[in-house]
Amino acid sequence: MILYRALLRLYPASFREEYGREMRAIFARRWRLASHPINRMLLLVDACADVLRNAPAAHVDIVGHDLSTAWQTIRRARALSVTVVVVTAIGIGATTAAFAVADHVLIRPLPYHESHRLVRIYQADLNGGRSEASPANYRDWRDNARSFERIAAYQPVSRNLISAGSPVRLEGASVTGDLFATLGVTPLLGRSITSDDDREASPLTVVISERLWRTRFAADATVVGRAVTLDETAHVVIGVMPARFEFPTRLMDFWIPQVLRSDQYVYGNPFLNTVARLKTGISREQADAEVREISQAIARANPQVNKRQFGVALTLRDEVAPQARSLLWILVAAAASLLLIACTNLANLLLTRGLARQKEFALRAALGAGRHRLVRQLFTEHALLAACGGIAGAGIALAGIPTLVRLVPTSLPAAEAPAVDVRLMTFAVVTTIVTAIAFGVVPAWRISRQSDARALHDGVRAGTARRTARLRSSLVIAQVSLSVLLLVGCGLLLKAMLKVQSIDPGFRADGVLTLRTTLPVKKYESVSVRHQFFTRVIDGVEALPGVTSAAYVSGLPMVQRGGIWVINVVGFEQLPGEDRLAGLRLVTPRFFETLGIPLRSGRDFTEGDTQTSLPVAAVSESFVRQYWPGQNALGRQFKIRGIDWTIVGIVGDIRFRGLERRSEAQIYMAEQQMPDRGLSAYVPRDLVIKSDRSLETLLPEIRSIIASADPQQPISNIQTLATIVGEETAPRRVQVRVLGVFASIAFLLAGIGLHGLLAYSVSQSAREIGVRMALGAERRTILAMVMRRGAQLAVAGVLAGSVLAFGAGRWLQTLLAGVSPTDFASFGGAVLLALTMTLLGSLLPALKAVRVNPLQVMRAE
Amino acid sequence: MALADEDRHGYAIIQDIAVRTDGAIRLSAGTLYRSLQRMLEQGLIEETEDRPAPDEDDERRRYYRMTKFGATVARAEARRLQELVRLARASGFVPRSAS
Repeated sequence: MILYRALLRLYPASFREEYGREMRAIFARRWRLASHPINRMLLLVDACADVLRNAPAAHVDIVGHDLSTAWQTIRRARALSVTVVVVTAIGIGATTAAFAVADHVLIRPLPYHESHRLVRIYQADLNGGRSEASPANYRDWRDNARSFERIAAYQPVSRNLISAGSPVRLEGASVTGDLFATLGVTPLLGRSITSDDDREASPLTVVISERLWRTRFAADATVVGRAVTLDETAHVVIGVMPARFEFPTRLMDFWIPQVLRSDQYVYGNPFLNTVARLKTGISREQADAEVREISQAIARANPQVNKRQFGVALTLRDEVAPQARSLLWILVAAAASLLLIACTNLANLLLTRGLARQKEFALRAALGAGRHRLVRQLFTEHALLAACGGIAGAGIALAGIPTLVRLVPTSLPAAEAPAVDVRLMTFAVVTTIVTAIAFGVVPAWRISRQSDARALHDGVRAGTARRTARLRSSLVIAQVSLSVLLLVGCGLLLKAMLKVQSIDPGFRADGVLTLRTTLPVKKYESVSVRHQFFTRVIDGVEALPGVTSAAYVSGLPMVQRGGIWVINVVGFEQLPGEDRLAGLRLVTPRFFETLGIPLRSGRDFTEGDTQTSLPVAAVSESFVRQYWPGQNALGRQFKIRGIDWTIVGIVGDIRFRGLERRSEAQIYMAEQQMPDRGLSAYVPRDLVIKSDRSLETLLPEIRSIIASADPQQPISNIQTLATIVGEETAPRRVQVRVLGVFASIAFLLAGIGLHGLLAYSVSQSAREIGVRMALGAERRTILAMVMRRGAQLAVAGVLAGSVLAFGAGRWLQTLLAGVSPTDFASFGGAVLLALTMTLLGSLLPALKAVRVNPLQVMRAE
Repeated sequence: MALADEDRHGYAIIQDIAVRTDGAIRLSAGTLYRSLQRMLEQGLIEETEDRPAPDEDDERRRYYRMTKFGATVARAEARRLQELVRLARASGFVPRSAS
């Protein structure tokens, strides 16, 4: 009998409630009739089979019945259902899209074999700065570290590809033979670069990207073995990488072997990026400690080595800047708050509707529907709505992801857009289920509790009603506080964005067009040949109508963020193991004029500054402050590559590392004064043009000028300087916009929630209001009564929200660019908005209350 | 059919069906109550408050009665089956002796 009772638990609760007793009675009777043990055994087997066959079917029966009833109910209350679906969809859509991007950047393993074992090794200094490694550092780690299975080095390079079609500029990487093995990737075609390829005597080879293979070689499989010309040199194509392979950053088109000659293994020339694969069982921390120890041991043994620098190992994933990281987490948190607001709003809405449907439920309860059955019916309705919302939400997420990919850092060695796959869909489904539970279960439970027969005669029992009212009030307070939180966050970030945008970069970007012509090293190794090209291009461009001036520079600010050189200043003793650094640029005359960099004193470079004249330089004001504070620096000298350079001009500082980063002092030298083959990494490649004409109208003329100077020279990176500066704040703009949308929706939902609650309580207390008015209460008093209720909720919400925002502000700090997390304007604005919303939200119900006709209410009783 | 002549409770329905079919169909409790539930929802049968004489009654039992609608549906179903048998006979599917 106990066994049968247990078996019955497999049936739905409502079915059990309804028929369990009788089924047990029937079983008991058969048990008595079957006296023989064998018969009883057979009876048990029979009962088991019966339950196993019918219990699942009973569940299906009920779900089917519930679904069809739910569908009818939903269709009857169309406006409400649409509201619920839309609100759910917004919440789920926002959360899913935010998760997709955050997951892509921060959580999902990078597309390499066992990517958690991949680390990057940097040279770090005591100030927390990081830089690339010098070949000698790389050699030290490679030869001494025992934490790594393999270690490889690479550096970004670019080459002109001339062989296939019109000349084109390609970005790629020069990699040591171990790189592909370290990453654990296999090529789509042919083979990848191995340690046989990176020797000095090895033939020149190249591995190309799938994209390049498709666009320039028509996906021809015979490309392997063919020779292509990169910067005037023939390279044999040995392999094609698969489409999803992106390394070291996105949009790389080729990989060539990095040859390190024995004389290149020196310290103090950091240009190599290193990546290593940890041995199984070795943690990042162990590897970090080991490379640090190796650097320090070498520095101790070798006085030439900088003692203030040491190696650090970071997981490949940690490459994402902390800013981008918190930016994404904030996005996820904001989306989750929005979802929470959506859920509380819906829970409230459904509670209200449940109260309105009380008589229907009481009737059904009286007709014998058990409580389980009612809860189940209600929950099915809510779940059906949530499912519709989930589907619509997934749609919203898919539509929203392209906007959010701007938040994916370009340094991420993976595809730009997150993949829409099972993982993402699972997230959407789980979110939907959680949502359904959050806004579906509580109301269903609450409503069913009130559905006893008494509801048929008269309202609800006072106690339950009070409890429900309390629940609904707290839901409204939660909504208000979360929307205050989002508003404050949005305000803070908006203010930070405005602050960053107002930072003076030190140059005028408007009206400046830029494009790049990277000259092949061999062809242009002589300065005079190079200068001939520059002069032809600059003279041609400056002759165009509407062009004020044009110049060439080694690297544009905020594009080339490095370009740091070690300098010796005459009269300043170089401390052992400590480097004096400055940002170095080679320019042609009129560069300062073109970029609007103010010339504080002295002169600009001229055509007269040549290899045979006195080596001269211009320096930035901070350079002067660093070495000769308060003195005249003109005529003073410093040393680079053993040559004394005399300062002839002092210019304003620029933020070449980016708006939000500290930049080193700057040194400019005349391009024409370089020795042949000297400082080849600094050969000017970016053309800047100051003009009042648009890029589009100028471009054809510029192209023909460059083509006449060198028909084989490709042009790349065509953009305005304003775009480059704008890119600096692009993630912030996207973030503020997204958060702004979230905050507005949250704000609107909270307003609707408040309005709904007050409107309902006015309709419930119509009798009380009627009596009061009949007893001579003035309209003003009634108005004040309703408004007071709204204000109480709002003040509670605003207070809670402010506390939350205060806590969250500290978390936001890395993104605030110096704006205080307790910024008065942001808090004040949010509070003011919230209070205005409360006023508006309570005004309508209050006016409705005032219009209550005492006579009508009394008569209705 | 079991409810055609009188209101019955669950176990009585099982027994009635067993008798009518000479024991060929012995409904299990699960199957019975599932169909009862479905028929209740479709309005073919209803629960009745009328109880037999107290000495025959058992408080645990619930009695079911066929509704008017249920009777109409039963008649329609019977007609449909009759028509089917007629067609089957005309096509020679039903042996003479069975008629």
